[in-house]
Amino acid sequence: MSNLYLLSLTIFTPLAGVLFILLTYALREDQEAAANSARWIALWASLATFVVSLFLWLDFDATKAGFQFIEKVEWISSLGIHYYVGIDGISLFFVLLSTFLTPICVLASWATIRNHVREYMIAFLALETFMIGVFCALDMVLFYIFFEAVLIPMFIIIGVWGGPRRVYASFKLFLYTLLGSVLMLLAMLAIYITAGTTSIPELMTYEFDRGLQIWLWLAFFASFAVKIPMWPVHTWLPDAHVEAPTAGSVILAGVLLKMGGYGFLRFSLPMFPLASDIFAPVVFLLSIIAVIYTSLVALAQEDMKKLIAYSSVAHMGFVTVGIFVANQQGVTGAIIQMLSHGIVSAALFLCVGVVYDRRHSRVIADYGGLVHRMPKYAAVFMIFMLASIGLPGTSGFVGELLVLLGAFKSNTWIAALIATGLILGAAYMLYLYRRIIFGLLKKDELLSIADLNKRELLVFTPLVLVVLWMGIYPTSFLEPMEISITKLLADYDYALASYEAAIPNNNMAFR
Amino acid sequence: MNSFVDLLISLPELFLVLTAMGMMVAGVYTSAGKAYTLISNAAVLSLFGAIGLVLFAKTGTTLAFNDLFINDGFAQYIKIILLLAAALVILIGDRAVRKIKIAHFEYPILIIFATIGMMLMVSANDLMSLYVGLELQSLALYVVAALNRDSLRSSEAGLKYFVLGALSSGMLLYGCSLIYGYAGTTSFTGLETAVAGASNISLGLLTGLVFLIVGLAFKVAAVPFHMWTPDVYEGAPTPVTAFFAAAPKVASMALFVRITMGPFQGMADQWQQIIIVLSILSMVLAALAAISQTNIKRLMAYSSIGHAGYALIGLGAGTKQGTTAILIYLAIYIVMVIGTFACILCMKRKGNSVEQINDLAGLGKSHPAIAAALLLFMFSMAGIPPLAGFFGKLYIFLAAIEAELYSLAVIGVLSSVVGSFYYLRIVKVMYFDNLSDELDSVTGKRISVIISLCALTILLFFLSPSLLVDSASTAASVLFEK
Repeated sequence: MSNLYLLSLTIFTPLAGVLFILLTYALREDQEAAANSARWIALWASLATFVVSLFLWLDFDATKAGFQFIEKVEWISSLGIHYYVGIDGISLFFVLLSTFLTPICVLASWATIRNHVREYMIAFLALETFMIGVFCALDMVLFYIFFEAVLIPMFIIIGVWGGPRRVYASFKLFLYTLLGSVLMLLAMLAIYITAGTTSIPELMTYEFDRGLQIWLWLAFFASFAVKIPMWPVHTWLPDAHVEAPTAGSVILAGVLLKMGGYGFLRFSLPMFPLASDIFAPVVFLLSIIAVIYTSLVALAQEDMKKLIAYSSVAHMGFVTVGIFVANQQGVTGAIIQMLSHGIVSAALFLCVGVVYDRRHSRVIADYGGLVHRMPKYAAVFMIFMLASIGLPGTSGFVGELLVLLGAFKSNTWIAALIATGLILGAAYMLYLYRRIIFGLLKKDELLSIADLNKRELLVFTPLVLVVLWMGIYPTSFLEPMEISITKLLADYDYALASYEAAIPNNNMAFR
Repeated sequence: MNSFVDLLISLPELFLVLTAMGMMVAGVYTSAGKAYTLISNAAVLSLFGAIGLVLFAKTGTTLAFNDLFINDGFAQYIKIILLLAAALVILIGDRAVRKIKIAHFEYPILIIFATIGMMLMVSANDLMSLYVGLELQSLALYVVAALNRDSLRSSEAGLKYFVLGALSSGMLLYGCSLIYGYAGTTSFTGLETAVAGASNISLGLLTGLVFLIVGLAFKVAAVPFHMWTPDVYEGAPTPVTAFFAAAPKVASMALFVRITMGPFQGMADQWQQIIIVLSILSMVLAALAAISQTNIKRLMAYSSIGHAGYALIGLGAGTKQGTTAILIYLAIYIVMVIGTFACILCMKRKGNSVEQINDLAGLGKSHPAIAAALLLFMFSMAGIPPLAGFFGKLYIFLAAIEAELYSLAVIGVLSSVVGSFYYLRIVKVMYFDNLSDELDSVTGKRISVIISLCALTILLFFLSPSLLVDSASTAASVLFEK
């Protein structure tokens, strides 16, 4: 088969870039030349990765529900752990999202990162490998390794190139995430000892005891709820976003948050269906609080990045509802919402980065009337602002609509409550837009502010195109994931039904 | 004829004893200026020679000297770690030892004697030979701790180590005598039958075991018997501290395993409780106490206490899986610790060594290579994948979950999160803080090579963990096939 190693190639091409950058240390160029070669190497490596990942999409067989591009090599033989990777319709687009955003991040950091450029690019390329690895891993231990390894470059990116409170933010990010993850590690070990395998596809068909499922579900929840993040463990996110450099925020909002949602879909639903069913109301409650509360908080923010960070928490509330209503519309909507949010919030952080580079302030009150000097910027910002609100024709609409449909099928109240998030979302985004873009251009510092340059236009164009593509013709994204989701939900419903059939009396008493 | 076979079985130890004594004579007859260089090189060579002898020795379990001495896969595995650690410590300490003017030729010889003692400990098959090995190790270590005679702190460290070490040896000996009194034998083989055969364990035997465990807990520095560690680590000359953190820890832990899994396997229910408490206390206290440290050697002391706690989890599990996990953990720990201390030894300003954590500020900018290596060691000690330290923890927690020690495992992972804070702090100081007074550039090829080797081992361990895991599980299985 020609595509035998395509997936490994996608995962490890960025690491080849890292090696090339390391070679430049041997060349002993002067600082500026070395920085420039690091930039170009990183750009080419991430673009190459993106091209390779496009072949994954092209060769992907949308009629198959199982995993494709499977590679399985023995790794730790004594425990039966394999280097085992593969993708299905659910993970395909997360891989593409990671490979799509990384070159954009490299471009966005082109001129703004001036010190330690080589180390910066190494961190980003390593990060890309780990991110893709998370979405491809079909072995629990491999998944955990990639999932945790992400923390090392992220910690350094925020800590070295971040804002004034970067130390606090990077520690908070690291410790919060680690705390959740170590419990997941214990759960994984317990799974291994119970089921005797670490292979995710095999575990999806393994039936865990109901009591054990509850504990395992909670341990996994601890990790994914922090990562996605859900209220009340979301507080690391605004800090991390505010202090991270622009590209760091882009990756954080664009991809890292999605690892939590992906984890729910890959582990919680298929492996612990009974526990997922039991805990779904808790998830709904937390999600509703997240949607309403963080939207209100976002409305009150004075800092642009913080506002977008809180809006991320609200949007992720939709995702968790969509996943745990566990019907076709809900799960599809959750995935589309994650992809859309990955693009849109990444683009919004880039928009903030554009004005931050010029004015060196993230405070909303420092801006106003930008449309007079920056018409192109105003147009681009408007597209993403509207996509974030969920205007029809943009990617945001598809995801939110499907999640709401799914929620309505399950429970009207949930749907009604999270729908308020749409209204509040429109409120805070429009309010933000008005304060920054419209009004009179009064501030002296803004009188000479320059519009988007060619590099920035190059960064935004693909993002705009994808947002519109997802909004106008979502079928090209929905089609590959459809069968995988159907299978996931069929297994889920089957597990619930067979459990209820097995002990009807108990169930009656419960009702 | 029989005695010749005995000698052959203990060949690595005998080889070291003879070369050490030869070196002592050679040292006396060499002029003072050249003696240290000559002897330290000879010491490293003879340690590597001993590694070769261990590697090519006959495999399989063999007893010697009327069953006082045992050589098996387990002992061989630990001996290789010990010898390697000793050789590396002599190599990385070379410049520092000259700088602080403790470059006496006796230093490498004492290290070798301590190593011989440790090898005897792990090969002990009788309470008597255990004690002899332990004392040989301890006596040599007391002297090297106080090697810097002109330094008040070093002398204090040596004295403190001596007093507390003597106390713990006394307890251990008292435990041994109680065990002998109630079991009627000092031989491990005899004890095993005595313990396994007894219908109910006598209180005297149990008390003896408790004293024995306390003595060993002193040696591995498990809480609450850890008080000497930070002071001794801080006071002793840094190359010596590196040795303390590495070899004796491994040897005592191996002895712990040998005793609990061997003769006292039948009393597992009794000693498991003690081990679990020691383990929990060590992990939690080390994680909390290390947070406020400002001296990097003290920090490493608490870190070593914490690592002892994690290793004890494997012992608490009391299974083959747990023993394998300990062996894996110890091997990885040695590499991390030696690498870290090699980095600490590079910390010099205008020729004088500095040891405050804040002295590392801006290291990422001024010494990118050392900083990158130290970053790897710190993340690895915190147990972040894909670095080697993660695999050590993975096996330890796997053993704990398998033995259904769920709360121990949860406490373990939570304290590892707290513990990661202080490892991260070092990374923070190196990379996030602004340059303080720049440290001197690194001198010495040997130390750079060793740092790079350790860093590469830690970084690339994930490529083939089976290399270590398989030999560890072979070594561990020796203790369980009976």
